[in-house]
Amino acid sequence: MAERCAIAGIGQTHHSARRDDVSIAGLVREAATRALEDAGMDWPDIEAVVVGKAPDMFEGVMMPELYLADALGCSGKPMLRVHTAGSVGGTTALVAASLVQAGIHERVLTVAFEKQSESNAMWALTVRTPLQASVVAGAGGYFAPLVRSYMSRSGAPEDTGIRVALKDRRNALKNPYAHLRDPNMSFDTIAASPMLWDPIRLHEACPSSDGACAMVLTSERSVRKTQYKPAWIHATSMRSEPTQFAGQEKVNPQAGRDCAKDLYAKAGITDPRKQIDMAEIYVPFSWFEPMWMENLGFAPEREGWKMTYEGATALDGDMPVNCSGGVLSSNPIGASGMLRFAEAAMQVRGQAGEHQVDGAKIALGHAYGGGSQFFSMWIVGSARP
Amino acid sequence: MSEEQKPVTNIKTPMRLEYRYSAGIATSRFLHGIAQGKIIGQRCPSCRKVYVPPRGSCPRCAVATEEEVELSDKGTITTYAIVRVPSENIDVPLPFASVHVLLDGADLPMFSVVQECPLEKIRMGMRVQAVWVPKEQLGPTLQSIRYFKPIDEPDVPADQLRETV
Amino acid sequence: MRDVAIVSFAQAPNRRRELRNEVEILMPVVQQAVARSGIARPFDFTCSGSSDFLQGQPFAFVMALDAAGAWPPIAESHVEMDGAWALYEAWVKIQAGQAETALVYAFGKSSPGDLPEVLATQLDPYVMAPLWPDSVSLAALQARAWLEKTGKSERDLAEIAVRARRDAKANPNATVSGDFEIAKLLAKPYIAAPLRAHDCAPVCDGAVAVVLAAGDRARAVCKRPAWIRGIDHRIEPHALGMRDLTVSNSSRIAGEKAGVGKGKVDVAELHAPFTHQEPILREALGIGADVKINPSGGALCANPMMTAGLIRIGEAATRIWDGSAQRAVAHATSGPCLQQNLVCVLEGE
Repeated sequence: MAERCAIAGIGQTHHSARRDDVSIAGLVREAATRALEDAGMDWPDIEAVVVGKAPDMFEGVMMPELYLADALGCSGKPMLRVHTAGSVGGTTALVAASLVQAGIHERVLTVAFEKQSESNAMWALTVRTPLQASVVAGAGGYFAPLVRSYMSRSGAPEDTGIRVALKDRRNALKNPYAHLRDPNMSFDTIAASPMLWDPIRLHEACPSSDGACAMVLTSERSVRKTQYKPAWIHATSMRSEPTQFAGQEKVNPQAGRDCAKDLYAKAGITDPRKQIDMAEIYVPFSWFEPMWMENLGFAPEREGWKMTYEGATALDGDMPVNCSGGVLSSNPIGASGMLRFAEAAMQVRGQAGEHQVDGAKIALGHAYGGGSQFFSMWIVGSARP
Repeated sequence: MSEEQKPVTNIKTPMRLEYRYSAGIATSRFLHGIAQGKIIGQRCPSCRKVYVPPRGSCPRCAVATEEEVELSDKGTITTYAIVRVPSENIDVPLPFASVHVLLDGADLPMFSVVQECPLEKIRMGMRVQAVWVPKEQLGPTLQSIRYFKPIDEPDVPADQLRETV
Repeated sequence: MRDVAIVSFAQAPNRRRELRNEVEILMPVVQQAVARSGIARPFDFTCSGSSDFLQGQPFAFVMALDAAGAWPPIAESHVEMDGAWALYEAWVKIQAGQAETALVYAFGKSSPGDLPEVLATQLDPYVMAPLWPDSVSLAALQARAWLEKTGKSERDLAEIAVRARRDAKANPNATVSGDFEIAKLLAKPYIAAPLRAHDCAPVCDGAVAVVLAAGDRARAVCKRPAWIRGIDHRIEPHALGMRDLTVSNSSRIAGEKAGVGKGKVDVAELHAPFTHQEPILREALGIGADVKINPSGGALCANPMMTAGLIRIGEAATRIWDGSAQRAVAHATSGPCLQQNLVCVLEGE
């Protein structure tokens, strides 16, 4: 029933704290035109556009796909706008893929973005109606207690988070598009950075970035001859669970585990650590790497931190994670999920330049959002499924 | 180019939108309870768990909740974070302890802050009690509870906390 | 293309101001739609539509998820658009063979904010929004252009409002309904000339849920499934000066792609929140005088944002189920002056 779906073109912007040089339209076009060029295509080739981004209050524009219709060459074409909180970049890619898989469109452009500098992201994230019964100190304040719980359960050494941050920031030096690229970043500078929401330090937390990511997804017959062969979607999955209910497991969420299980079953993966060559996963605070390693089945419960400690998740490790620098190095919130999906695809196309994992043939793209409740994932490969 | 001829690279456009929120039926009842110095949760008819603050539904079972349960204002810290950066909606001096408090009788922890306690003493399992505003200042707002403070009761052991963390 | 049908539909009463929160409004609606569908949870896919800005609450859809029943975890997605587009996403999922059943819902609470002002934030943030042109004024520009082009009058527009309100008497969920005298309506002041109160949809709160099922799943639970024979959506340039506001090109294209003209249309539920937009849409879709328009009263009688488009689809499906229509067209719109449009063609077996 489902058509094969190829990732024929990938593009992203140079992510930074403030892209003063472009409007919102300019930002998305930068990523989109790069993706089109990479696919050997032009605007008229695209049949539909799927846009994704996080809360509109980040830019102060309600339903910005309306304003972006012209910039994304959409006149007379179908346009969808997805919003699933932090996982949106990933979910957007899945919605775009389903248009190709269903045989409805041949060539779909998908774009995810955030231009957070236009508004006040901190405010937008913590807008609370006056009657709402909640006293949460921002995203970090929400996740820090979960990190503390993980530390307590696993007995992980206190500097695990620092090691993750160091790895990701060093990887970012090999990614010309990354936001944070500080060659002076070291274990000590991270350890000495101010504690924001104990136990999360400044340099263990993601930045706030302006950025966009775009991909051209096509049917098999629409793939063109370009510098890089396409990446192929082998499997996709999404799962959601409620924000908060009595007895809910928040450190190792069921939705994440179910999503991975469903994904692996569809892709024929029985031993993720052996069969997957690398993973781009959504780590906005460093401790999420060990937590997700367990949630995704790469490590047994309570032992995810060992992978970091052993160097398994380093670029030259046996399970490289976030070779692009990850969310810790660039975080345009709406785009971050799609960047994970795109970077995974770049790896299996041999397109990742300096942060390429040699011989990567199967890669995992992962995104999550909300109160660790929305998950979207894909497995991509260099071979047609 | 002279100053006047440089290209415009950004403009500031102030936005102001006014919203009148309604709390919803369940939250309204809860806040009226708070105004009387009471903490009232709701029990799910299906899973029997008690939610506070209540939202009129159980997210796990996807059914409406109606049965009211009055809860103690004493509870246990299930997890916490020491916050050192300012947060728009919290008016407490930095650094402070942002905590999950499981009130006695409730099955879901609520977010709050702890004061009157040295930060290094904050721990999971610690027993705390709500500190309210003076009686004449009580109103239908969670601001009626100023914070939680430690009380002299033995800690709840870690294995008993597992379910709720 | 797989056969996909709408098998159930439920909506909340469209009150001007709801005091319940979104979960309290949505939960009974979702429960009703699920019960009426005859399909037990979990659904293979769930998709919703809503808008943060409308609610004045980022992540508004996250709270609403509690109403949908997301435990054990479900495959779920969300569009920041009218629920009609959430239905489209679910339909695509089924076409791709990734689902056999889907729950689609939407909600919108316009009452907390000043809706026409809130909608001004949909506009180009650099050159249009700073002028704060509210949605009614923009619609008035379009109405003026249409009146000048066609030679029609404000009385012609008022007749549309009178018909809609009269039909809405049979709709217990309508915000406004009844018998009105044209002269009395025309005597009221303009809101933004040439539009008066009766030319504009009432502001209200609402919620809706719909269940989709594929092929035999649909036949097993529904005596007369409302089959989606065609569905398409298109968008036009954003800036109002870039298009002819007196026609709806995107509706025309979507209607052609959805196959409106392939057969006789019995009923059309058109999402026209302003009176002048109804004739514009009729022309774009080729809806003749013999077609029953908006038996529900349409958006002019109840226009809960993010919801009204999906309600049009649900109302059209209802006419199929009750046998009063063999073939129905439903339409949804988004953006200023009909910038984006979705058309859905439904048929009985």
